[in-house]
Amino acid sequence: MTSRSQPFEQLFFERIVILDGAMGSMVQTYKLEEPDFRGERFKDHPHDLKGDNDLLCLTRPDVIEAIHLQYLDAGADVIETNTFNATTISQADYRLEPIVRELNLAAVACAQRAVAAAEAKTPGRRCFVAGAVGPLNRTLSLSPDVNRPDFRAVTWDQVVTAYTEQVRALLEGGVDALLVETIFDTLNAKAALFAIEGVFEETGRRVPVMVSVTITDRSGRTLSGQTIAAFYASVRHARPFSVGINCALGGAEMRPYVEELAGLAECRISCYPNAGLPNAFGGYDETPEDMARVLGDFAKQGWLNLVGGCCGSTPAHIAAIAQAVKAHAPHAVAPPVVAQPLSGLEPLTIR
Amino acid sequence: MSSNAASQFVVIGERTNITGSPKFARAIKEGDWNACLAIARQQVESGANVIDVNVDEGLIDSEATMTKFLNLIASEPEISRVPVMIDSSKWSVLEAGLRCLQGKGIVNSISLKDGEAEFLRRARLVRRYGAAAVVMAFDEQGQAASCADKVRICTRAYHLLVKQAGFPPEDIVFDPNILTVATGIEEHNGYAVDFFEATRIIKQTLPHAKVSGGVSNVSFSFRGNNPVREAMHTAFLFHAVKAGMDMAIVNAGMLGVYEEIPKDLLERIEDVLLNRRPDATERLIQKAEALKAEQGGASKGESKEDLSWRQQPVAERLKHALVKGVDAYIDQDTEEARASAARPLDVIEGPLMDGMRVVGDLFGAGKMFLPQVVKSARVMKRAVAWLTPFMEEEKRQALASGGAARAQGKVLLATVKGDVHDIGKNIVGVVLACNNYEVTDLGVMVSAEKILSTAKETGAHVIGLSGLITPSLDEMVHVAKEMTRQGFTVPLLVGGATTSPAHTAVKIAPEYEPGVAHVLDASRVVNVVSALLSPEQKGAFVAETKRKQQALRVDFAERRNARKLLTLEQARARRFTCDWAKADLPMPEWFGVRAFDVPVDEVVPFIDWGPFFNAWELHGAFPRILEDAVVGAEARKLFADAKALLARIAQEKRFAPKAVVGFWHCNAVGDDVELYADASRSRVLGRFSMLRQQAEKTQGEVNLCLADFVAPKDCGRVDAMGGFVVTAGAGVEAFASEFKAKLDDYQAIMVQALGDRIAEGLAELLHQRARAWCGFGKTEDLSHEQLIREQYRGIRPAPGYPACPDHTEKPALLALLDATAHTGVALTESMAMTPASSVSGWYFNHADARYFGVGKLGRDQVEDYARRKGLTLEAAERWLGPNLDYEPRERTAA
Repeated sequence: MTSRSQPFEQLFFERIVILDGAMGSMVQTYKLEEPDFRGERFKDHPHDLKGDNDLLCLTRPDVIEAIHLQYLDAGADVIETNTFNATTISQADYRLEPIVRELNLAAVACAQRAVAAAEAKTPGRRCFVAGAVGPLNRTLSLSPDVNRPDFRAVTWDQVVTAYTEQVRALLEGGVDALLVETIFDTLNAKAALFAIEGVFEETGRRVPVMVSVTITDRSGRTLSGQTIAAFYASVRHARPFSVGINCALGGAEMRPYVEELAGLAECRISCYPNAGLPNAFGGYDETPEDMARVLGDFAKQGWLNLVGGCCGSTPAHIAAIAQAVKAHAPHAVAPPVVAQPLSGLEPLTIR
Repeated sequence: MSSNAASQFVVIGERTNITGSPKFARAIKEGDWNACLAIARQQVESGANVIDVNVDEGLIDSEATMTKFLNLIASEPEISRVPVMIDSSKWSVLEAGLRCLQGKGIVNSISLKDGEAEFLRRARLVRRYGAAAVVMAFDEQGQAASCADKVRICTRAYHLLVKQAGFPPEDIVFDPNILTVATGIEEHNGYAVDFFEATRIIKQTLPHAKVSGGVSNVSFSFRGNNPVREAMHTAFLFHAVKAGMDMAIVNAGMLGVYEEIPKDLLERIEDVLLNRRPDATERLIQKAEALKAEQGGASKGESKEDLSWRQQPVAERLKHALVKGVDAYIDQDTEEARASAARPLDVIEGPLMDGMRVVGDLFGAGKMFLPQVVKSARVMKRAVAWLTPFMEEEKRQALASGGAARAQGKVLLATVKGDVHDIGKNIVGVVLACNNYEVTDLGVMVSAEKILSTAKETGAHVIGLSGLITPSLDEMVHVAKEMTRQGFTVPLLVGGATTSPAHTAVKIAPEYEPGVAHVLDASRVVNVVSALLSPEQKGAFVAETKRKQQALRVDFAERRNARKLLTLEQARARRFTCDWAKADLPMPEWFGVRAFDVPVDEVVPFIDWGPFFNAWELHGAFPRILEDAVVGAEARKLFADAKALLARIAQEKRFAPKAVVGFWHCNAVGDDVELYADASRSRVLGRFSMLRQQAEKTQGEVNLCLADFVAPKDCGRVDAMGGFVVTAGAGVEAFASEFKAKLDDYQAIMVQALGDRIAEGLAELLHQRARAWCGFGKTEDLSHEQLIREQYRGIRPAPGYPACPDHTEKPALLALLDATAHTGVALTESMAMTPASSVSGWYFNHADARYFGVGKLGRDQVEDYARRKGLTLEAAERWLGPNLDYEPRERTAA
């Protein structure tokens, strides 16, 4: 472990750790237009760039850094780099594959500057940067063509290569942890974990790896069909620092799955829901108080180690959540149960 | 599926294996993917827990085929719900497969065939891909055939994997090679025995590793004779599973039942498998030829019994069958009644319900006893099962008739999450079903979410929760809170050994306003449920229940205030002590951990039958209960049935009782006991934290703690203590579910009750050996009664029971004994042992050691205890909940 990851782990022993909230909804408040995204450097780029939020780390770093700082001021201990789509596969939509390494390095730098500013404001405070590794816009378990169920839009090797490139840059930039998040196809996540292990072996440097899955709806399954227990069996081999659930649902709808995961996982538990389910206009209605009430209850139940917000959450939400969980002890990590959990879409435990 | 050997191991379906299934091979070669998927689906439907996929074939691109087939499977949720075993002799095909699985599958296989370096490289990759691996007993020299070679190669592979590749031991699945027997070549005769023996040793010596094998190989000599092959596979599995095999590659749809193999055929097959006689092969070949030639079986003679009741009209016969619990003629009698009735439902509402009413009346009047009622229910279930298809047909034909289920009400039952005990709940379910309630039984370890969502789906009118261990009490509180949160209004019933009217009143009822009732046992449940579901009685019943609960709460609060506890410091000052310089500290003959397989026959003499009758709600001391004027006759019948079933269990080796015992050097350090690696005490192996009585006692009495029975470290002398885990094994549940599948709850409950007795008896037996190993037991001369009354030196208290009510000492005990590897006993999240028929405990040898209850604990001790164990105060308070003498603070403020 590097010297920086020890204080990171230490914080989890002390209390429930606060993660930041949504980046996208905050960027929207700046009402940025095509020229903002392009900046000077990409003013002649042959493809529209508006909507490529990750690119702002290079073209409007002031905006990204300011958002990070707002979350840190609201009480976040850990902020995520603005790299949800910073892979060659996702950036191909904007024909920006060649600058992926640069994007990731710039994103880490934005986050680190914000952390330095926050730490300077409050002497003694420690804040951390988690490298966000998103799910990709192409998936390994699902066919995009209903008439060819065996077809895949991408191969394992392509996915591993794309993630390897991203993770290498995030580590080079100096993130304190990696967060493989919004997993809706476990096979993509397994490829990400495979890539991460490869980079760890190649560089000889390891950081804690956090994993967060997305339960799509009340069926309690991922988009690719796995139950939460089957998902955990699929990623357990990577010995994650934490596992958890984010996106798609609001906290109230997540409740049974967070409870189940807290009961079965042998590591820390994270949870950062959306601010409720999307309303008819695609917006999110839960107030900071709403989210804080639900997540405060999770904390009271002893299910949480890391908590924050996903789509629709703002610094006000994070401040309310931080306040609500403050009084509660973190989830006590269960001793490992030596059983062999296998899984398909459902778990199979061999005792 | 549940009525054959398959219920005891993980079934890996072999039909999607090109080398074993010509049909699959043809479909793959012809590119008929729908046919391939149909074969896979059929495997899962007929009970495969995992499917083996093998597309090794010289003429096709196996890598591409594996990828395509696994991708196709991924879009078929009915197939992809189970894990996949990727099977190939080519690494590149295995890797192609690993890149398609979102679940955690198994690679079949890797081995030392290509040398250590390649083996380790592949193992590391398998781990990175997130799969388990089958490791063949194969090395640079070739395939292992003898037991010694199998064990040697597997042991070498195990250590390389665990120590060098960082491979999790629980993800290692050894395939010690199932080779063909009865080939006519003499050195092949021992192949099956070698496999069984190697399996046994691997399971004992390589912790957490699993054993698997491809079973069809064993019978290759009998190709073309499927009945003999099937019988051989069934018998082989029986012995292999007994030896510890965890999973097997088999044809999931073609597994027989061991006890149904004709005795003469079985004998000859086992002669071959167990290598019992030199002419075994010849004799089996003769038998196989004869079977092929004749294709028939001898009919067996029926024993004489009084059949005069068969002369009566059909309604009387049905009643007789129900009251007497005779199921031999129930199908034909039910059919006869149905044929003459206007509607199948008339048979249920007429003669069958008449019969059950008689049963209910007799039971209510104390003239019939629970075992008989359960037998009656078995007959009723069979009759209803016979009628069900007719009723469904009727429903289909006349959708408008609208007169379907007219059950009295719907009851949902479940043993709560974390708890595995369900004998009592099963009995309650049967009794309710007898009284025409529609019972949905969700089984054991059921989450609140599942219980409540099922309750909504089925529209349950009453929810019943059961639990035996103390953490289940908290889970019941949780369910009650959830019911409130989700706006339920139906009544909640709680029952089970750990529940009480007081706990229900103080902790559960306040969480759920619509009403919570505690039900003492099955004989009360019908009254309670019928009162709750009757519009006339419900109001009064709920009001009365609430009034009683309020009284209990007041009483509880008053008694708490009246009781005075010593401070922890005062209690420690009143510890038990002795002259440690002179005390006799017996040392065992050996230290460390040893595991034992104990045949059921050896355990039987150690059984304490008293609790067995209690389980059946026949109360009285054994053996006097057999002569009791009221229940004696039924107790004798029950006892006879129990002994018959026990004999069958022993003969068919249905239970595989296992035990593990450890002895360690130790000393008391405060209220903890420290265990050491050896007498030098230089290395601490572990620590058990004990609790001390705090109740104020009369002058001169001591405040006990289990640590008091161990020499304190500062006295200078080293002491010794032991620990153990015993289990009747997974066979108990497997055998019980065979009976459940045959709708025979009577025998199912009997099996579970006997499993508990065997586990307790085995604990008694082991304790006797432990006392002998420690020397002082060698001169014991105890009668059975003295033994059952524990009139000997030394005690074996268990974590979670009164002398140490904290269940969280179990993980340390199980870990020190490596109990999961040795006995298969594991812990649920509530620290219940599974299989349920298991017992654990410590051995304390001090001459004055005795059982006691810790009783109520003050906050000072709980804080101290939490510190000693490294628990948060909330966690300690949660686990010790029933023992707290105070209300834990709500942790809403820091």
